[in-house]
Amino acid sequence: MRNSNEIIDDIANREYEFGFTTDIEMEMAPVGLNEDTIRFISAKKEEPEWMLEWRLKGFQAFKKMQFPKWQHFEMPELDLQKLSYYAAPKKKKQLNSLDEVDPELLATFEKLGIPINEQKALAGVAVDVVFDSVSVATTFKEKLNELGIIFCSFGEAVRTHPELVKKYLGTVVPHSDNIFAALNAAVFSDGSFVYIPKGVRCPMELSTYFRINAENTGQFERTLIIADDNAYVSYLEGCTAPKRDENQLHAAVVELIAMDHSEIKYSTVQNWYPGDKDGNGGIYNFVTKRGICKGNSSKISWTQVETGSAITWKYPSVILQGDDAEGEFYSVAVTRNKQIADTGTKMYHLGRNTRSRIISKGISAGHSDNTYRGLVQVGPRAANARNFTQCDSLLIGDRCGAHTFPYIESRNSTATVEHEATTSKIGEDQIFYLNQRGIDTEKAVALIVNGYAQEVLNQLPMEFAVEARKLLSITLEGSVG
Amino acid sequence: MLTIKNLHAEVDGKQILKGINLEIRKGEMHAIMGPNGSGKSSLSSVLAGRENYTVTQGEVIFEGKNLLDMSPEDRAREGLFMAFQYPVEIPGVSNLHFLKTALNEIRAYHSLPALESKEFLKLTKEKQQLVDFNANLMNRSLNEGFSGGEKKRNEVFQLAMLDPKLAILDETDSGLDIDALRIVAAGVNKLRSADKAFMVITHYQRLLEYIVPDFVHVLYNGQIVKTGTKELALELEEKGYDWLKEEVHQKESV
Repeated sequence: MRNSNEIIDDIANREYEFGFTTDIEMEMAPVGLNEDTIRFISAKKEEPEWMLEWRLKGFQAFKKMQFPKWQHFEMPELDLQKLSYYAAPKKKKQLNSLDEVDPELLATFEKLGIPINEQKALAGVAVDVVFDSVSVATTFKEKLNELGIIFCSFGEAVRTHPELVKKYLGTVVPHSDNIFAALNAAVFSDGSFVYIPKGVRCPMELSTYFRINAENTGQFERTLIIADDNAYVSYLEGCTAPKRDENQLHAAVVELIAMDHSEIKYSTVQNWYPGDKDGNGGIYNFVTKRGICKGNSSKISWTQVETGSAITWKYPSVILQGDDAEGEFYSVAVTRNKQIADTGTKMYHLGRNTRSRIISKGISAGHSDNTYRGLVQVGPRAANARNFTQCDSLLIGDRCGAHTFPYIESRNSTATVEHEATTSKIGEDQIFYLNQRGIDTEKAVALIVNGYAQEVLNQLPMEFAVEARKLLSITLEGSVG
Repeated sequence: MLTIKNLHAEVDGKQILKGINLEIRKGEMHAIMGPNGSGKSSLSSVLAGRENYTVTQGEVIFEGKNLLDMSPEDRAREGLFMAFQYPVEIPGVSNLHFLKTALNEIRAYHSLPALESKEFLKLTKEKQQLVDFNANLMNRSLNEGFSGGEKKRNEVFQLAMLDPKLAILDETDSGLDIDALRIVAAGVNKLRSADKAFMVITHYQRLLEYIVPDFVHVLYNGQIVKTGTKELALELEEKGYDWLKEEVHQKESV
């Protein structure tokens, strides 16, 4: 009879189940980072001059910056000169339909269970697939077109809607915001662009699947979503990556802009290769995600389920500028083996009666380290601002760590800021209780973890929630129930 | 159904059970009584397979199989149920979802198909009425924020749902007021049947007024020192355990 510690060990040390690579011809940029690289990327993407100039500004800022030192983990040595900054499946011609997509590429998506096919269409999800750096196919475009919704790759938006891109690009995350954002500004590959016009409620979940697939390729996504007055959009981002021995850097930037009475819901399920059980390989996920509630009574909601990457370092944030604006952050971060997650959010209350809600659930297993870091800042104008933060940590086994760093700064005496935190362990008593009802230890752990994360999973769109539950089960349990 | 032979067990190197012998047949209701620290709860823990107990000697045969070789979940799947003295809380996992998982795991073990939601809900309703369980508690998180009485009633509800062959009730009466005790006992009585056996562990005779046992065993110092019928329970209620302890010590000194 195996005891529960052995089983927990086993679960915590399980190998990544989505580790495989796809053999597709790649077109790579020369290795190294300099102005020539940036010009190469810009030229490859046939960008206008203003875009290239913006990239170069980002590069100038990047050169003056240092890697931060405040994080709660050992920062690995990163040699940015050894990376290649552009990889695209070789383009043969413009694609008009999925039939023209490389069948091996489609097979990869199939393996991942990504239903970019009729099923998905029936489910009402438009998918903008990002394979490495270039969008390969976009569906549902016409239906969205009728409503005036723009949903396309970032590169396409630069060509077709330069006025919108110029107006909003870098307004939430400036090109000099932080070193990784500056790097992204300089070399960003592709990403998604969404614009929802005034008064339009986007009738379907917009979703993008990212997948990193080339060796030694930094991946630098850039996403920009704008909801105009009284608009609504729900955007899903989900990803898995194949197994690789060398670390891959991912430094994405996401900017959200919500105008008067509009709402943006942004959900992420992240499952990039976390490295083997000794911590070798794995993705570094250093992301800058920020939204601004520009208009009155606007709302931005971040939901994330983070299970992958060797190191996850990100703080999806909301600037609550408009009066009565609302920001939300719901997060489940799972770490095992030697994974590290330093994640949380920042809520900047600038407008009156602004509200924010932060629910963070960390789950650590193995030798991993899981940190919540959050800032709630209330400005002098933000009368009656309210924040509620709940920050829970769940430990599996006795060799992992959970840390909480809440920062609260209030400059308005009418503000209410609440912070609650708990730390718990999956108890042997809980597992034994479930065992005694006929449930084995692996399933018991999955059940307990899913229960623990329930409040966050409930925030995900139905279809995504099912995937996320599955992912939590696979991550911590191995068999999909 | 259950045969315990010369069972010795220890926890943290300390001998707790020192040669238990007990035979339980189908349809029987056995009460295990005894003073604090006599090994009552240890016996149920060893039978259910709690990890920190080590069996050092003896054997336990359950329905012809060696119980001690099985994992806790397989013991449960074979039809051994324990109503816990302290049921745990599992936040975020609904009572029903938990029960459905448990029931289907047990069914899968017996190569039965999983119950459809409709059948499951029908069964739930039936059992909930049978043991008079509050329907509002079924969709709540498992035992979270339940009162002591509600937790114990939930144990009996689970017992009804999972329909085991042998149910061990570990001090199910502790912490119950008289009304809750009556309801719990009534639930158990409804579940009694010719092919099901019960082992009721209790400190007090009170529970046995409602759940009438066929046999009463007194556990003392890790051994069954006396076996009788329900009258023995009454005698214990009247005289306490001291006279029994003396009897045991006299025997030992002879």
